[in-house]
Amino acid sequence: MNIDFLIDNFADLSVTGLAQGAIYALVALGYTLVYGVLRLINFAHSEVFVTGTFATILTLRGIGIGPDDPVPSLLMVLLTLVLASIVAALSSGAVALLVERVAYRPLRRRNAPPLVFLISAVGASLVLMEIYALFLGRDNVRVGNLIKPRTQFTVFGADVTNRQILIVVSAVLMMVVLDSFISRTRLGRGVRAVSQNPDAAALMGVNKDRVIALTFLLGGLMAGVAAVLYDLNFGVTKFSAGFLIGLKAFTAAVLGGIGNLRGALLGGLLLGLAENWGQALLGSAWRDVIAFVFLIVVLMFRPTGILGESLGRARV
Amino acid sequence: MTGFVDRLRLADEQRAAFAAWPRRWWAGLPRPVRLGALVAFAAFLVALPILQPPVLTTTGTDFTGVLFTVGVYCLCALGLNIVVGLAGLLDLGYIGFFAVGAYSVAVFGSPQSKLATEYPWLVCIPIAIAISMVSGAILGGPTLRLRGDYLAIVTLGFGEIVRLTAVNSEVLGAAAGIPEVPRPPGERADGTRLFTIVDVTPFYWLVLALIFLVVLAGANLERSRVGRAWVAIREDEDVAQLMGVPTFRFKLWAFAMGAAVGGLSGALFASRQTFINPESFPVQTSLMFLAAVVIGGAGNKFGVVLGAVIVAYLPERLRSIDDGLLVVWYVSLVLGLATYLLLRRRGPRDGPRTYLRLGVVAGILAALPPLLLAMPEVFGSRGEIGQLRYLMFGLALIVMSVFRPQGLIPSRRRAIELEDRAKEVEPGATS
Amino acid sequence: MRTTRIFRSAAVLAVAVLAVAGCGGDDGADSAKGGDTCGLSIAFFGAQTGDAANLGINISNGAQLAVDQYNAKNADCPVTLEKFDSQGSPDQAPALAQRIIQKTTIVGVVGPTFSGESKVADPIFNEAGVPLVSASATGPALSEQSWKVFHRVVGSDAVQGPAAAKYIRDTLKAEKVFVVDDASEYGKELADILKAELGDAVVGSDTVQVKQTDFSATVTRIKSSGATVFYFGGYYPEAGLLRKQLTDAGGKDILLVSDDGVRDAGYVEAAGAEAAEGTVVTCPCVPPDKASGTFAADYQKAFNTAPGTYSAEAYDAATVFLDGIAAGKTTRADLLTWVKSYNKQGITKKVQFDPKGDVADKTVWTYVFKNGEIVPDQPVQ
Repeated sequence: MNIDFLIDNFADLSVTGLAQGAIYALVALGYTLVYGVLRLINFAHSEVFVTGTFATILTLRGIGIGPDDPVPSLLMVLLTLVLASIVAALSSGAVALLVERVAYRPLRRRNAPPLVFLISAVGASLVLMEIYALFLGRDNVRVGNLIKPRTQFTVFGADVTNRQILIVVSAVLMMVVLDSFISRTRLGRGVRAVSQNPDAAALMGVNKDRVIALTFLLGGLMAGVAAVLYDLNFGVTKFSAGFLIGLKAFTAAVLGGIGNLRGALLGGLLLGLAENWGQALLGSAWRDVIAFVFLIVVLMFRPTGILGESLGRARV
Repeated sequence: MTGFVDRLRLADEQRAAFAAWPRRWWAGLPRPVRLGALVAFAAFLVALPILQPPVLTTTGTDFTGVLFTVGVYCLCALGLNIVVGLAGLLDLGYIGFFAVGAYSVAVFGSPQSKLATEYPWLVCIPIAIAISMVSGAILGGPTLRLRGDYLAIVTLGFGEIVRLTAVNSEVLGAAAGIPEVPRPPGERADGTRLFTIVDVTPFYWLVLALIFLVVLAGANLERSRVGRAWVAIREDEDVAQLMGVPTFRFKLWAFAMGAAVGGLSGALFASRQTFINPESFPVQTSLMFLAAVVIGGAGNKFGVVLGAVIVAYLPERLRSIDDGLLVVWYVSLVLGLATYLLLRRRGPRDGPRTYLRLGVVAGILAALPPLLLAMPEVFGSRGEIGQLRYLMFGLALIVMSVFRPQGLIPSRRRAIELEDRAKEVEPGATS
Repeated sequence: MRTTRIFRSAAVLAVAVLAVAGCGGDDGADSAKGGDTCGLSIAFFGAQTGDAANLGINISNGAQLAVDQYNAKNADCPVTLEKFDSQGSPDQAPALAQRIIQKTTIVGVVGPTFSGESKVADPIFNEAGVPLVSASATGPALSEQSWKVFHRVVGSDAVQGPAAAKYIRDTLKAEKVFVVDDASEYGKELADILKAELGDAVVGSDTVQVKQTDFSATVTRIKSSGATVFYFGGYYPEAGLLRKQLTDAGGKDILLVSDDGVRDAGYVEAAGAEAAEGTVVTCPCVPPDKASGTFAADYQKAFNTAPGTYSAEAYDAATVFLDGIAAGKTTRADLLTWVKSYNKQGITKKVQFDPKGDVADKTVWTYVFKNGEIVPDQPVQ
């Protein structure tokens, strides 16, 4: 136990925890969306996320920003960020759609039990992971040098860097965009309808296949943006990086109430904070254990999460 | 695309019906013949380390050692089958129980562990089983009340927690591990120890005997009230509950029983290794256990044993295979596929386009491994079949889920369930 | 190596065309001819696939180079290097060790590579009297087990740890030191030695995990401890990332001192040349420029890549056996005696073993990263 350290660095730990939590939250959206509509855990979502991290690196390489190059000018950075986000989001989205098409749709058409879905998803996850390992190697892959962290201001003694601001702001922004898409648009209404009552929605003329594909796509897009932020934050990725972040994002989704968009944001931020505070107390070695124990405890006492489940009700 | 998938599946089902003849043939044989064949087969298994049959024997590594590993996998697959195949609960962290069993023996039995209780092996084994069972109950308690798919993630987390705890705890030897794990007692006629580090044969026989016991016990359990309750839960939990089956209690039982078998196999593994450290328990191994169950045929004891043999034996056999033989194997696989495609019974909606598509799929399948292997990146300094192991498993899992969710040797009952479900497809899902 | 690769790609590609290569492949590995002076082989025991493959291949290549050079000189009586892929994990180690014992043509083993697999395999080798020379297993416990067959051409962690402590205390004169380890057997052992040796100067410690990529909490700890030097016990991927993230967070001036697991070009790759600048690593090995021969150039030529961590040690390890075979020691027992009394200048150090199997010469050198290169600094006295 190291309570003094936690108290002395409380603000600092909280800031880094929030930045991390924002990334969990964006990945958690993918789990929540698919769960809301299909009542299934998309086990391959972690690899959808990893797709984005590699897409970002390849985009940066394509532009000519390597890990050891100097940081480019501000305008260039902004342009690159936007481009990388688009490429990463699109490739993650495409992979998510592919997974749905190959590993889920054939099973859905046969009304397979959830166990079979999960096994198929585990398979898809392994295949994607191994393909990345084959093409990009099994070592850490470094990200191009894009933002040099510079302290912008200080809150209660904690340095807040430009990178952390960028991460939290973009995550919240994406969340707001998604939330209004689901609650305001015609397509979003379809998503809500299917998640509330799939049979009734189908009878009312909602094309269920299209709605399901849409939720996979949306989850993939969010994971792609999360991947860009992840790359910026840690400067490195790996073919197997999805395993841990996927587990944690799922924990975040459950924590906030799976199927609930705003819950994912809340859950992600809370998990990021709890993890950082916890490891300050017990030591960095126990970080992942803390996250998993947290998940089990949450399931024990509040299995529906903090904000409650269901995508359909999320709006009200 | 999906229509095509349907047709492929239909073809496969027809083939499966056709392939059911061995079962009918076997059932039609007179009882003494069947019994005799079984005894002969058992004798063959017992004699394997002595026979070292030419094609089966692994040349790149010790054959008896491989047999023991395969045995441990079979035991794990049988244990996991209780959880996944019978009760229909998805456990992705089975390695956790395996590790708990292994560590129990090491911690309580090794003179070098921090506890230094130095219990003899015969005492350690029941302790290992008990601790794994209790850890199964502790993990199952909060999670089994929830929907099934939460269980998958929680168990996955559990598998990782066990490993991380082992890495970071001094009592468990941390990364340095625990040496001098006790071995089973027993002496040869000349007074030397039966279970030595050099000769694995007694270990193999021990594991073979345990597999036999677990299969027997499992068969009895399946036909008991408990087994029927499990199947009821697997088929429809809500209905089972309504019919008065205390679902939570039986799910917990399944979970604890599975954990106990996992712990037992872990304990055996540790005794044979004589040294354990956290490296032996990565969470990915859970997926291998699961692959054994799913590929073999969840719910069918013989199916999962076959699955375990495939999963554990093939990579070790492939280790020392020379390139020429590999080429021959691969070509026969492709030729076999082509023959099957040509000779299969026709479905009602077959047309020239079906054949075209089948040809394309077969072509992709045929071209995939050579392409992957020829890639300079893969092939560079470490191009090895072993690198493709998980990729192949992933593909096998998807293909099995889509085309043959019941496994290679299916449980008849479970196959019927899957068919029933397919008939109740929701509206809107068929477009 | 290269020829196999070419053969294999050709063979596998041929599948797409037709099955003609059915009779290919080299046979006869199983032809046991014990007692004959030719047809002997040395085994390499370690990772060729899996997570640890990079390190394992560094080592097997080093040994392969030694064997190839020996064979060029002794074409009439060549020695083969048989590779046994353990994937660096203890799981498959016992069966592999047993297989090696069964093959009586194998007279010595280069390896096992890691401490974990050594603890499983070495007792088995010990029972059968197969001489071992490891190029990379540094766990102090290995030489304390009274295994008569165990030797290593690398220093034990028990040598490197005190030297690092001494360097930090006497040369750097650091008063506040933060100690980090990666929870691996190797890293933890070193960190524990450091903590014991430096005593009060250690102002804090933390444990990270192998394969971890996010070190923000550790970075906060190091910064808030006020340390001027931090020690990392572990390997280069984590060391590099931790260094980078600490530098990014404004901890540029906190000097990193680490171990020979970080003495690798991969460290610069992970940290970036800028952040890596100035990092000091200890290594119980003499600088390569003091080593004799054209090892680096030969290795580059043979494998088209620069020698990596432990490649040179593996060359030395294999040379011990090859010299023995050249001197007519063709049985396991003879070769074991040969190894025990071996005393020659290798390319990394003077190769001579003490009774426990450790290197007799226990000099530790420091190396500094300068402009992305590893530059020898000074011997720690």
